[in-house]
Order: sequence, then structure tokens, then C-alpha cells
Amino acid sequence: MRRLDWYAVRATLLAGWVLIAATSVWPREAAPMADDPALEARVLAIAHELRCLVCQNETIAASSASLALDLREQIRQRLRGGQTPDQIREFMVQRYGQFVLYKPPFESSTWALWIGPFMLFAGALGAFGLALQRRARAPTSGAARMPLSDEERDLVEEALHQAAREQR
Amino acid sequence: MKSALIPFVGFIVLAGFLAVGLRLDPREVPSPLIGRPVPSFTSSTLHDPARAIAPKDLRGRVWVLNVWASWCVACRHEHSTLVEWARGDQVALYGLNYKDKREDAMGWLRDLGNPYTESLHDPQGLIGLDLGVYGVPETFVIDRDGIVRLKHVGAVTEFVLRDKILPLLRRLDAKA
Repeated sequence: MRRLDWYAVRATLLAGWVLIAATSVWPREAAPMADDPALEARVLAIAHELRCLVCQNETIAASSASLALDLREQIRQRLRGGQTPDQIREFMVQRYGQFVLYKPPFESSTWALWIGPFMLFAGALGAFGLALQRRARAPTSGAARMPLSDEERDLVEEALHQAAREQR
Repeated sequence: MKSALIPFVGFIVLAGFLAVGLRLDPREVPSPLIGRPVPSFTSSTLHDPARAIAPKDLRGRVWVLNVWASWCVACRHEHSTLVEWARGDQVALYGLNYKDKREDAMGWLRDLGNPYTESLHDPQGLIGLDLGVYGVPETFVIDRDGIVRLKHVGAVTEFVLRDKILPLLRRLDAKA
């Protein structure tokens, strides 16, 4: 009988255990925090449009800062109390300013924020267009438009013949 | 010749924007409360839960509200400045203990000194919410008519005290 390769046996057994372990644990979604998923969905809908002031590039929905938790709770309570999303947004803006809204309203103080990028883009296009026009005009002006005089033409022909002779 | 000036002018314009923009702190959110009446609230004091204080009780004087907590590290940094200030000056400095346990807060004051005329207790942070508090410590200056005149986010250093808060207090005190 051939001697058993114990190393191979152990490796196979280990592979077997790993396969069984890996396939017997399926990932599950975390249980929802509230009893009312419909309410939670509405809370998150509003929270997704509000900025967390502590982690300022996250929404209140995504942030795990303690202020974000408090504000989500405020939203939840106010929705339960029957307030509309507009009223809740107004509540936030009154306390934290317009910066808390991810979509600032279009009014006199924010028009530069909204229109600015388009104006800059239009300006850039305009400058680009001007530069193109200038470049298109250049070859037909000045030296390129003046034909060669007879003397200059003779000089050129002489130089070309010379170059041709030198190549042979 | 004129085209040679364009990059230079562009540089000046860019340098101008940078000179202003790089000095701004994006984390400092301007408060919408400035120029508006301080939100009304009633809170119990830290040391005597039976006693209640509301901003309308403080009408007629200029006062400073400092939001702090025992778990807040930056509050430690500013605390010695506040203690020094309260010792030397007759300032109506009120503390708002934010989202803190009473025992922890009182112990903190015992250990580090108590500069506050009175400390208000806001264990759930609801008063802070009405004040738009988002980063402790924050300090408000409120004038005699109950209008918020200043909100400073972050620790009150000697420079902030000297350059922002004291001049404002002097101006507000002078307006009788």
C-alpha cells in the first residue's frame, strides 16, 4: 500500500471545512431600526437632501455623526406630527442656514451659485472661439499674401536646383 | 504687446480670488440667527435642577452664552481662557451644558473651574438644536434686546476674545 501523503489529506480536509463554512453563512440585511418602514422611507427621503453640518460632504441620511442622528429623529417626530417636508426643510434652514440644503433655492442670493458655472462656460467658449478666429485669419495676412517678386523667385529656383544637384 | 499682458492679468485675477478664498474656513457655517431674536427656551440650571432660566429673564443686559460639554476636548482648550476672563471681568457668561450628564458636567466644572454665572442644562440637545449648534464649543453674544449679535464656532482663544468678543461687548455696552 502506498504511504498516505498526510499533507495532502490535511489540505483537502481544510478545503472541505472552508467550503462548508463559507456556504452555510449567507449575508443578510440589517434589521430595520424602526417599526414603521414607510415612515423611515419618508424620513430618509428628506434626510437625503439635507447636509450634515459636522461631516459637511455627507447627507444627514448617510452621516453617523450624533447631530445627524438627532436631526433624523427630529424629522421623524415632525413627520409623525403631520408636518410637511417643506415645513421640515424650513425648520432646518431657520436654524442652520441655507447651507444645510443640498439643493439651495433659486433666489437673489443664490443666483450666482446656480448660473455662475454656465456663465463661466459661455465665457470660455467665447474666448476659445475668438482664439480660433484669430488663428484662421493669420496665414492670409501679411507675408503670406504678398507674392514673390521676380528676383526672389529666381533666387528660390537657384536654391532648389542647387539642392537637387547636391543630392545626386 | 497687448497679448503678453493677458496671462499677467489672468494671474492677478486668480491671485485675488485665492487671497480671499484661501483665508475662508469652509467649516464655519454662517448662522442665520445673527440679527434675529434668540430663540426662546426654558432650561433648568446645572447646579439646581429646580431653578429655571429663560432668555427673557436676561433682557436688559448683554450676555454671552457658551455651549460646552464634558466630553468635548476643544472645550478644555478654551476653558482656561474663559476662567481667566470671568475672574478679571464682570461678564454675564452663561454656560449651556449640551448633551451631557449632570454629574459629569458638574465634576468637570469642579476640576477645571467654573467661570459661568450660571450653567444651563440641555441633556437632549433640544436647545442646541434651536440655536443651530453643530460643533461644540460654540459661543453666542446676545444684546440687551435679546438679539443674537455673534456666533463663534470653535474654541474661544485669547485672540478671539481680544479681537472679536471684547470689542463687540464694548460696543453693545455703550449703546444704552
